[in-house]
Amino acid sequence: MNSIIMSFENVTFTYMQEDESVKPAVNDLSFSIQDGEWIALVGHNGSGKSTIAKLMNGLLFPQTGKVEAMGKLMSEESLWDIRSQMGMVFQNPDNQFVGATVQDDVAFALENNGVPHEEMVVRVKEALQQVKMADYLDHEPHHLSGGQKQRVAIAGALALRPRLLILDEATSMLDPQGRMEVIETIRELRKATGLTVISITHDLEEAALADRILVMNAGEKQLEGKPDAVFRSGNELTNLGLDLPFSMRMTHLLREVGIELQGEHMTEDELVDELWTFYSKK
Amino acid sequence: MDILLQEVGYSYAKDTPFEKRALTDVSLHIPSGSYTAIIGHTGSGKSTVLQHLNALLKPTEGSVMIGGRKIEAGVKAKNLRDVRRQVGIVFQFPEQQLFDETVLKDIMFGPLNYGVSEEEASRRAHELVEQLGLPPEVLTKSPFDLSGGQMRRVAIAGVLAMEPDVLVLDEPTAGLDPRGRREIMDLFHRLHIEKGLTTVLVTHSMEDAARYADNVAIMHNGRCVVTGEPVEIFSNEEQLRDYRLEPPRTIRLQQKLEDKMGIKLDSISLTEEALAKNIALALSEGRDSE
Amino acid sequence: MMEKMIFGRFIPGNSLIHQMDPRAKISFVFVFIAIVFIANSAITYGILLGFTLLVVFLSKIRLYFLINGLKPVFILLIFTFLLHIFFTREGDLLVDIGFIKIYEEGLRQGIFISVRFLVLVFITSILTLTTSPISITDGIEVLLGPFKRVKLPVHELALMMSISLRFIPTLMDETGKILKAQMARGSDIGSGPVKDRIKAVVPLLIPLFVSAFKRAEDLATAMEVRGYRGGEGRTRYRQLNWRLIDSLSLVVLVGLAGILVYFRV
Repeated sequence: MNSIIMSFENVTFTYMQEDESVKPAVNDLSFSIQDGEWIALVGHNGSGKSTIAKLMNGLLFPQTGKVEAMGKLMSEESLWDIRSQMGMVFQNPDNQFVGATVQDDVAFALENNGVPHEEMVVRVKEALQQVKMADYLDHEPHHLSGGQKQRVAIAGALALRPRLLILDEATSMLDPQGRMEVIETIRELRKATGLTVISITHDLEEAALADRILVMNAGEKQLEGKPDAVFRSGNELTNLGLDLPFSMRMTHLLREVGIELQGEHMTEDELVDELWTFYSKK
Repeated sequence: MDILLQEVGYSYAKDTPFEKRALTDVSLHIPSGSYTAIIGHTGSGKSTVLQHLNALLKPTEGSVMIGGRKIEAGVKAKNLRDVRRQVGIVFQFPEQQLFDETVLKDIMFGPLNYGVSEEEASRRAHELVEQLGLPPEVLTKSPFDLSGGQMRRVAIAGVLAMEPDVLVLDEPTAGLDPRGRREIMDLFHRLHIEKGLTTVLVTHSMEDAARYADNVAIMHNGRCVVTGEPVEIFSNEEQLRDYRLEPPRTIRLQQKLEDKMGIKLDSISLTEEALAKNIALALSEGRDSE
Repeated sequence: MMEKMIFGRFIPGNSLIHQMDPRAKISFVFVFIAIVFIANSAITYGILLGFTLLVVFLSKIRLYFLINGLKPVFILLIFTFLLHIFFTREGDLLVDIGFIKIYEEGLRQGIFISVRFLVLVFITSILTLTTSPISITDGIEVLLGPFKRVKLPVHELALMMSISLRFIPTLMDETGKILKAQMARGSDIGSGPVKDRIKAVVPLLIPLFVSAFKRAEDLATAMEVRGYRGGEGRTRYRQLNWRLIDSLSLVVLVGLAGILVYFRV
């Protein structure tokens, strides 16, 4: 299936429109996301990423242009139907945990959508298994690590069996271990279900795993393409306040000290391989 | 100023059904003028140790020497203000502590509490705002009107304004974007050198610990299990993994490279720049030997 | 001091009392409060005390923790006791040291009131110690169910309660953290003259408010995105389960009332 699950068409949004000195947070933005894709939306803090997230779930509506999701135009009428088909995980693990325990929290969206009790029990278990938190049914949020809380939030989204999962800076407040847990969970989910994922992030290591990257700057789309193509633009990213993945940073540093590497390396292994070829040619 | 923890034990909510042991028999020396990194996975006791460094927590066993001041388990400690002025702590997400009407007042809060004069406090605030790369206009703004990154800097300025001898940093870059992270860490390193501070960095980032620290302590299950120089600590991959830590990426890459090429680089690379230089050196030597 | 307080806290476990339905436990406590007033003699108060200790025993909460955790309550208890001893002037004079005169009736009343106070505090503490706050909320929501007819927003109240309960530990942690951060900046609520202490509250309260508002905003967004639109059309994940033991507990209570009435003077 190759249908479009989310699209922005010339979308512009300005906070405090009446004040003309305020620049639009999102300016004439167009993109579309296919069913089954993993898209990373990257940009430094203040590049318009969080406004895009709010436009995606109907917390904000565009002033010009249109947003379409699940084949419907985003409007007051279609809003709840669209929301029931997408899950969203936010930045702060504490501020989105509604339930008193893990299982209550996962059930929250199901309760809201009037899912019958027997069905809920099955779905809650299933969703928690998918994020490997099935042993924590009765745990309270303050006894969980940040990574665990975010996985519970993902389970809460999955329980609704959504077509789209949006991660809005979901890893930015976590420690490295928590970040790994969440990224690993998403990778496995993708492998198992092919769920469409939009991750909004400033972590390019995370973005490198996506099928496609959209780079935002000052409310506008700066770059778009497959990760290796985007990373090849090197300095342009660094100038935007973003950091290249480690192996690419190393490639650049090696060039600076006079090692004429040919490729741009997305992984450490590729870099090691070229260095080895380089070395053995001598 | 030296800080010395001797056989420190600490339990939260002691003598209740909720008692939770956080530290056991921790002995740790933070030499004056050092840049010490305390590493360990989440829940290893890092932040509990940190709060002992300026007597926010008092040990339930053992003792803590902070400069000339001894804080002992079971002994009432009075008048800790001096200790707290000398040891400044930048907590995780420090922007949460901002409260005053203007940035200027907020930065002056600490120094004024410790009896510094208005003029002096204001002078420090002006100086720090500049040092931290903030535009001078922010001084008259409300801290709540600033961006997240700016708020973080203002909060840091608020701690630096007390002119502490020891600066304790708890994950100071958490939640910042990559550029912000690098700028803040470089700033702390500069201050460490210029002001001759003793710096203690509590971090999850092995890369930051490797790049900046000259002394490293590993915490694990409430114990301080290893202390040493970064080179020894980070080259011992097996030991790091025992304590559920990953070696810094530079060292992992160096090892991959060494295994593949069957060579040994000159030294352990603690930073990316050092690794690049080491590789260049090895490659040019390879060339020379032909 | 605060961390030793166990009044209103929950200690997880799986004792008989823990397993009871919250509706049964809440009803039990209310009925018990009424029954306590039946007692009026040494025997009846003795029975009440014995019954209460039995409940404590069944809950498997260690008496030591209970007594240790309720220390502040005991101060109040001793105060009431003394009040009765000194101000009741009936019956035989037992002690007469100058201005202190203790009468038999005063002593009796003092002891009775103290026992009454003690069993009430123990039983209500056992309720909260053995029932998770969320279960209490569930129980209250169901018990208040009939009031929906008179337009009492029972669902909203219960949700508010459960979210507040859920955020208590988070906000406690945060209070501790901000308090420490400000202490590190030389502000100290715990010492100095009263004027300074009051001044020291501001740097604590403002950040707390700012953060609580931010959390509330985030939470509202998260709830809305997860499809929350009020109680209408919602189903319930948490189901309460009334079992034989719950009915039995209420029967036991009726029995207790009967015994008390029988031995009443």
